[in-house]
Amino acid sequence: MQRVGVFVCWCGTNIAGTVDVVAVAEALKSEPGVVFSANYQYMCSQAGQDMIKEAIKEHKLTGIVVCSCSPRMHEATFRKTAAAAGLNPYMVEIANIREQCSWVHKDMLTGTEKAIILGKAAIAKVNLNAPLTPGESPVTKRALVIGGGIAGIQTALDIADAGFPVDIVEKKPTIGGKMAQLDKTFPTLDCAACILTPKMVDVAQHDKIRIFSYSEVTEVNGFVGNFDVTIKKNARYVKEDVCTGCGACVEKCPMKRIPNEFNLGMDNRPAIYIPFAQAVPKVATIDPNACNMLKNGKCGVCSKVCAAGAIDYTQKDEYINEKYGAIVVATGFNPISMDKFDEYAYNQSKDVITSLEFERLTNAAGPSAGKLLRPSDGKHPHTIVFVQCVGSRCESCAEKGKEYCSKICCMYTAKHAMLTRDKYPDTEVYVFYIDVRTPGKNFDEFYRRAVEEYGVKYVKGMVGKVVPEGDKLKVQASDLIANKQLHIDADLVVLAAAIEPDKSARPLATMLTASMDTNDFFTEAHPKLRPVESPTAGVFLSGACQGPKDIPETVSQAGAAASKVIGLLAKDKLTGNPCVANSNELMCNGCSSCANVCPYGAITYEDKEFRMPDRTTKVRRVAVVNPAVCQGCGACTVTCPSGAMDLKGFANLQIMAEVDAICK
Amino acid sequence: MKVSYFPGCTLKNKAKDLDLYAYKSAEALGVTLEEIENWQCCGGVFTTANDEVATKLSSIRALKYAGDKEQPLITVCSACHNVIKQTNYEMQTNSQFADKVNRYMANDGTYNGETQVYHYLEMLRDLVGFDTLKEKVVNTLKGKKIAAYYGCLLLRPNSVMRMDDPENPTIMEDFIRALGADAVVYAKRNECCGGYISVESPESAKRNSNAIIENAKANGAEMIITACPLCKYNLVKNGADIPVVYFTELLAEALGVKEDTNA
Amino acid sequence: MHNNKYLQEEIIRISGVNPSKCMRCGKCSATCPAYDEMEYHPHQFVNMVESGDIEPLLNSESLYKCLSCFACIDRCPRGVQPAKVVEAVRLTAIRKKGANRMTADAVPAMVDEDTPQQLLVSAFRKYTK
Repeated sequence: MQRVGVFVCWCGTNIAGTVDVVAVAEALKSEPGVVFSANYQYMCSQAGQDMIKEAIKEHKLTGIVVCSCSPRMHEATFRKTAAAAGLNPYMVEIANIREQCSWVHKDMLTGTEKAIILGKAAIAKVNLNAPLTPGESPVTKRALVIGGGIAGIQTALDIADAGFPVDIVEKKPTIGGKMAQLDKTFPTLDCAACILTPKMVDVAQHDKIRIFSYSEVTEVNGFVGNFDVTIKKNARYVKEDVCTGCGACVEKCPMKRIPNEFNLGMDNRPAIYIPFAQAVPKVATIDPNACNMLKNGKCGVCSKVCAAGAIDYTQKDEYINEKYGAIVVATGFNPISMDKFDEYAYNQSKDVITSLEFERLTNAAGPSAGKLLRPSDGKHPHTIVFVQCVGSRCESCAEKGKEYCSKICCMYTAKHAMLTRDKYPDTEVYVFYIDVRTPGKNFDEFYRRAVEEYGVKYVKGMVGKVVPEGDKLKVQASDLIANKQLHIDADLVVLAAAIEPDKSARPLATMLTASMDTNDFFTEAHPKLRPVESPTAGVFLSGACQGPKDIPETVSQAGAAASKVIGLLAKDKLTGNPCVANSNELMCNGCSSCANVCPYGAITYEDKEFRMPDRTTKVRRVAVVNPAVCQGCGACTVTCPSGAMDLKGFANLQIMAEVDAICK
Repeated sequence: MKVSYFPGCTLKNKAKDLDLYAYKSAEALGVTLEEIENWQCCGGVFTTANDEVATKLSSIRALKYAGDKEQPLITVCSACHNVIKQTNYEMQTNSQFADKVNRYMANDGTYNGETQVYHYLEMLRDLVGFDTLKEKVVNTLKGKKIAAYYGCLLLRPNSVMRMDDPENPTIMEDFIRALGADAVVYAKRNECCGGYISVESPESAKRNSNAIIENAKANGAEMIITACPLCKYNLVKNGADIPVVYFTELLAEALGVKEDTNA
Repeated sequence: MHNNKYLQEEIIRISGVNPSKCMRCGKCSATCPAYDEMEYHPHQFVNMVESGDIEPLLNSESLYKCLSCFACIDRCPRGVQPAKVVEAVRLTAIRKKGANRMTADAVPAMVDEDTPQQLLVSAFRKYTK
């Protein structure tokens, strides 16, 4: 029989406000096995923990139940407390009487009653607990960064600078991401390329960093410290190690009219291309959907003009297997499609553009060489209307837009408006806004400068309709402060399109068994306390894949993710989770159900000799769990038809005891 | 193919063309329109109030009639279509409302929104197919620049109508192209002509209608087609200097059954 | 400002609209084709119903200017459905005894030889009970 101690926490008024903690402690005193019961204001405080330690020693407790907040919050804390007092940490059970009890009940009587029941369940379970000892596993001292935008670049540099090898996998032909497409950056207005490209060069030259560009992750196995990853290197039909990036092939390629993705289709590129002058790696890539040689064997010009002999039309996709200790997701974002918002006539007029297209139009390396010209007729626009929140903050999210605020649009729109007025003072600039959101260092000052010094006309209200007519865009909008409907004849309309996670994120999350929210942003392990870690051990988050972010925030998060990775890779061995599955081989009939559902590949089978009652032996196939790989998810235990599979720390008997205690 | 057909008040009076050409064209396409017996006017506009039942009963009777015959219900007039589809949607999604209605109509058995409602254009797209239509064209309208005018009732509210993208619709343009003509796309094609406001403030209807005509013309339109008698009335009355015709008339012309009708 | 709780609840019930979903973006009013005819604009209908300030709306000509074109419904980013609010206030006004906006006697003066039946039917449904 266990000797159980019960500790009821008030959590200030968080619990004590709707749960009579004294009554709970009193009621649980008479439960089977309980030899000590107490309550205290903050069990997690030093004084509270000391109280637990003393009670363990004084009353020779063999198990404890803490009635407090969610185990996600403080289970680890109380396990450490128990360990410090010489009790096996897995002899600690938490009864969550806060999130699932005091917070959801308003009435003291029901709250108290439920808290007592939850306490009884935890006591019933701890009575069946057995001490557990975690195993250990080695750590592969190499990190994988998925995505080569500013988030991935910064994370990779920080990890590599700490001395650990890093691989970057980028699906585009070059690293650089969205930042490489930007012109200037708010609120300091330094040029994006000037601050990004040196970092890209650092990545290329770092002896600890390998870049897999034009590549994608296709398979992930293993677990924290020991990931086994397959990377598909798409054939670019150019030998990366031979190409010098001279550009002769790009110049001579006869297929010149392929929409240039880097300039968002606003100009053309050839079938063989280098995305931009500072690309890393600076290597040409052949677009197989556009190249005549690859499509029907006619042409071969690039091969003839290549002095280095780098062109290889027979190149095949290549698969690379590599082991990693940690994986960082940095898959970034994209602006949403404007197809569903054609009240703004994006599909009807070339002069209705997105803000990212505007970035390219004002970028010196862009399709108009940095001159702000209308895409339709190349004329200088004299009246520009910026529309904020297009697709952001939409309640009807599934159909049209996104429910969240995209966060970066207020600031980049202020930047666009300000720069336009600075360069072209003869241009009228209107910004239609719902709210101007500027919570960042020097952000509000920046926005106010756009209004006060540069004369940008900020109008509180939305645009309702854009009608292209002649060479004008007739903008119909509301000015809520003046209580008027405005009609503006504009030359250019710029839509601040909502941003969404890159489409590659969802399949990647499945491969990594990392969780996502309904918007396909990766979920962090704790929104405040573990913001750069995924709940899946060994998977870390960097940049906009976790939520909309500007560059300063992305870089901070990238550094934070790197430091978490470094902390992990610095260890020689990892302590595992002892709450793993184990199979009772006497009951197992080798049906394979468990192996089929195991997401971690932790279950294998072996033939084993069993002694039969009649003294003969029989060979049977039985399941064996690799405790280093098992994550304790429990899928196998509920699948097993014979009840052979059980989970340590969460045994079927223990769960049933909890249910019985609740139903009593 | 046999379908139930709800013509509506105006199609038997001021918009006889819309009705007649709908019949003739359907026949040419192998579709028999079976007019609902004793149909009653839909009311012209859908009342969005949650507590109105009586104003929606005529639509429900028509829907039930088609349902009992296990036929889809076809409408041509934009207004009828809007009212009947919205009413059907309410029958499908608002059980309290459906319950009230079924108590009203206790003698006729229950109805819960089972009937499929198609606008004539949707019938052409989804049941006949624009490719089939294309093959049946006799008089191609090649070279004609035609602007489709959707107005408000065909597309909105989109959550109910589900006819096309409400901001960038293509069904009428695809229809025009199937007949061999060029479709003129212009932004005002899904803006309101003023509707019933023309009894109260004709100036307001005029302003709206003019803006639509101007926008269509600025984009090169030589003709405007519509499915709505009220749209046609407002556009014609307010100074359209290009022809405004019902889409069924254009269809009949292309299918070579228009002369037939006049004869 | 007058806060009429009874009328407010009545209008919320008839329209099925939750005005507190409005985020004050003004897109309904930006897209409204009858804006200039209206004393109170679509966003004001929503906001005034939210604050219970209903009488001015009940007495306003704006009730009869809405075209029920549903542009505000489809384009509202928050799914508020302003046109349903306008309709509910209009019905509250004309459901009162003797409050019909149009009479059959007035019809002959309104029509010309092309007037479609649909026009009169719609107008009657909008303006009378």
